[in-house]
Amino acid sequence: MSTFFGVIVPYAAFLTFLIGIAVRVLRWSGSPVPFRIPVTCGQQKSLSWIEPARIENPFTGGAAACRVALEVLTFRSLWRNQQAGRTGARLFYDPSRLLCLSALAFHWSLLVVVLRHLRLVLSPVPKFIPALSTLDGFFQIGVPAVYLTDIVILAALSYLLGRRLFNARLHYLSLPADYVSLLLLLSVVSTGILLRYFFRTDIAAIKQYALSLAALSPHLPASAGALFYTHITLVSVLLAWFPFSKLVHMAGIFLSPTRNLANNSRAVRHINPWNPPVRVHTYEEWEDEFRDKIRAAGLPLEKP
Amino acid sequence: MPPSPDELIQIDTAPPAQSWLQPTASFRPGTYSHAAHPKTLVALDLPNPREWRPAYPDWKLPPDWRQTILDGMKERLDKFRSFRLFMDTCVRCGACADKCHFYLGSGDPKNMPVLRAELVRSVYRRYFTASGKLLGPVAGARDLTEDVLKEWFYYFYQCTECRRCSVFCPFGIDTAEITMIVRELLNLVGININWVQEPAANCYRTGNHLGIQPHGFKDSIDFAVDEVEEITGIRVEAPINRRGAEILFVMPSADYFGEPHYFTLLGYLMLFHAAGLDFTLSTYASEGGNFGLFSSHETMKRLNAKIYAEARRLGVKWILGGECGHMWRVIHQYMDTMNGPADFLEVPVSPVTGTRFEHARSTKMVHICEFTADLIHQGKLELDPARNAHWNVTFHDSCNPARAMGMFEEPRSILRAVCPEFHEMPAGTIREQTFCCGSGAGLGTDENFEMRMRGGLPRASAVRYVKEKFGVNLLACMCAIDKATLPPLLEYWVSGVEVAGVHELLGNALVMPGEQPRTRDLRGQEYNHA
Repeated sequence: MSTFFGVIVPYAAFLTFLIGIAVRVLRWSGSPVPFRIPVTCGQQKSLSWIEPARIENPFTGGAAACRVALEVLTFRSLWRNQQAGRTGARLFYDPSRLLCLSALAFHWSLLVVVLRHLRLVLSPVPKFIPALSTLDGFFQIGVPAVYLTDIVILAALSYLLGRRLFNARLHYLSLPADYVSLLLLLSVVSTGILLRYFFRTDIAAIKQYALSLAALSPHLPASAGALFYTHITLVSVLLAWFPFSKLVHMAGIFLSPTRNLANNSRAVRHINPWNPPVRVHTYEEWEDEFRDKIRAAGLPLEKP
Repeated sequence: MPPSPDELIQIDTAPPAQSWLQPTASFRPGTYSHAAHPKTLVALDLPNPREWRPAYPDWKLPPDWRQTILDGMKERLDKFRSFRLFMDTCVRCGACADKCHFYLGSGDPKNMPVLRAELVRSVYRRYFTASGKLLGPVAGARDLTEDVLKEWFYYFYQCTECRRCSVFCPFGIDTAEITMIVRELLNLVGININWVQEPAANCYRTGNHLGIQPHGFKDSIDFAVDEVEEITGIRVEAPINRRGAEILFVMPSADYFGEPHYFTLLGYLMLFHAAGLDFTLSTYASEGGNFGLFSSHETMKRLNAKIYAEARRLGVKWILGGECGHMWRVIHQYMDTMNGPADFLEVPVSPVTGTRFEHARSTKMVHICEFTADLIHQGKLELDPARNAHWNVTFHDSCNPARAMGMFEEPRSILRAVCPEFHEMPAGTIREQTFCCGSGAGLGTDENFEMRMRGGLPRASAVRYVKEKFGVNLLACMCAIDKATLPPLLEYWVSGVEVAGVHELLGNALVMPGEQPRTRDLRGQEYNHA
């Protein structure tokens, strides 16, 4: 039983994750980008005396890469979010940053949590990981020290779930899959928190196990209990769910043609690989049809 | 009778009890546009031309319509990374929900960009993903039924492809892209609207959306030349189809046939005279706008091809383009890719200032606001802003120059130079966050009036704000659809604010050498010199 949950499930999930994401990305990149269609969010580069918005309206590939980096690291577009209100026929727009802040809090915490976990699968442990853990536990509350990110990720996920449940508009547009993703993440985080703070496991044994998994010669930990296997299994389900759900936005964000292309389509010709010939109404056909009228209007003709 | 503003503003934002997976398009008069006349489809060789009406239950779909749509989806998933990616990456965070002018004005949850896209994502899941095939509605998947198709028609013709939602989307998901592709799919089974297909068919045949033939074009331009002479005492040149000119000037056809567009045309002609431009107009390429953008990539390419073809035939060096929104989306993001390379043209250089427009070195087409802003900055135009003193001006960023180019400062620098009073609308309603007029992408029809007024509410609300705060009485813009549809919108919601093109205001202020004292502005309104 423990072999199933401790070895087969994690390997299968990890493989599904890797292959699934690879297939997605290959399928996306298999479709060409026929037109250069960036959405511009700042002044274009035109006349020398007009200051262009170099990142919000990138003119070069490098600048477009910076734009994507800002999206990925700071959620630039979501940061613009505002809430529309209305009294009578008057509309107003108030900055609405809670969604962006909670999304940033969740994603950055998740990154720190994942990095912290690397100390279990890497030997020797890179120096930045214990440093990161120390920083994360900076406030030294309780024994073991409470990680800030554990609290933040729980709060952020709860907020994201709460708005789906209680905001009528959001509730209406949410799909079951949206709740599955959030509940999966919440359960992974909760079991992890239980394991660290309430039902301590033998961390050395876990590390031995994780290293053995990473070395492809798995040895199950002797002392791990049901809670540990629950945590491992939930992580596995999350990994396997990833490529088949909206969570693939993690990879998709880099490919978005409205963000990752330079707005230089008048300066550099963009090539459409399938640009088909089309039937056009040629000048000659046009002149043939309107010759008398063109002549009567006194306009020049090719064939008078 | 359309509803009054007081009735319209009773917007119910509470979501219905029924799941959105249930298709719900009800074709209430005022909220949709007429079907395309079959002859327009024949003119463009589009499939399945027939008489049908959205409000009638039987849409006379071809027998294999479902397979046609699914094959079309498959083809487009393989041809457009945008489409495939946008089907997969949405997390339904809801940031886009209240960014859409149609949602703000209607409260209809399916006008939230996320749900608009889910209308097609649900079909994508059902036929193109394992989870959707297996789990159905639990995975947010649904069958492609006739009701779903009707819902697509209803809601994808309630999107103006303005791209405002995309500015706020953390993944850059662009509803305009999805709308363009769904409209292509609908085209495959002969579902189109007349206000898109008829202008496109006209443009294909005559060279412009309005179907104006060469003699009509010449009359209209001659009339403008007379009008300029009456106002300024100067007879300007407006050559048509002249070989060997340096510059081909292409404008949206409304500029020479609509009002207030026409005053902008007067402004162009005065500017070209004052700058001594060696230019020509064309009757074959007498349309800058491109309703193909609102129909299919193929139609867009077929209509756009005329511009380069005509530039080559006339032997010009480069192309100058007039004030138009969606025209510039096509010129800036599609023309060179579709119909280039324009290697028979030269990198545009202003003959007056010598400025090389390096940013247009491949496409070889420059926006008139870029051209004029450069002239003014280099001090080449004599301007008398006092001749716009009767206007208190604000500027409406049109969706496409804003979010598909980023042209913000060029028109503003012109307006600041030619208008004594200029005030911005509130942040969040201008520049990249500008609100659509509510009538773009072919939706500016009379029969769609209620939905247009709803969609235009956020724009009108911001105009009302500057009217009340600063006394603004004129909204300047650089888009032909804006000029046609903002006057009725503002009359409905605001009243007392008129609409003008940037070059109309430039024309008022422009001091032409040898001109007579101006007693009237370009609209023919007497200046009050008291």
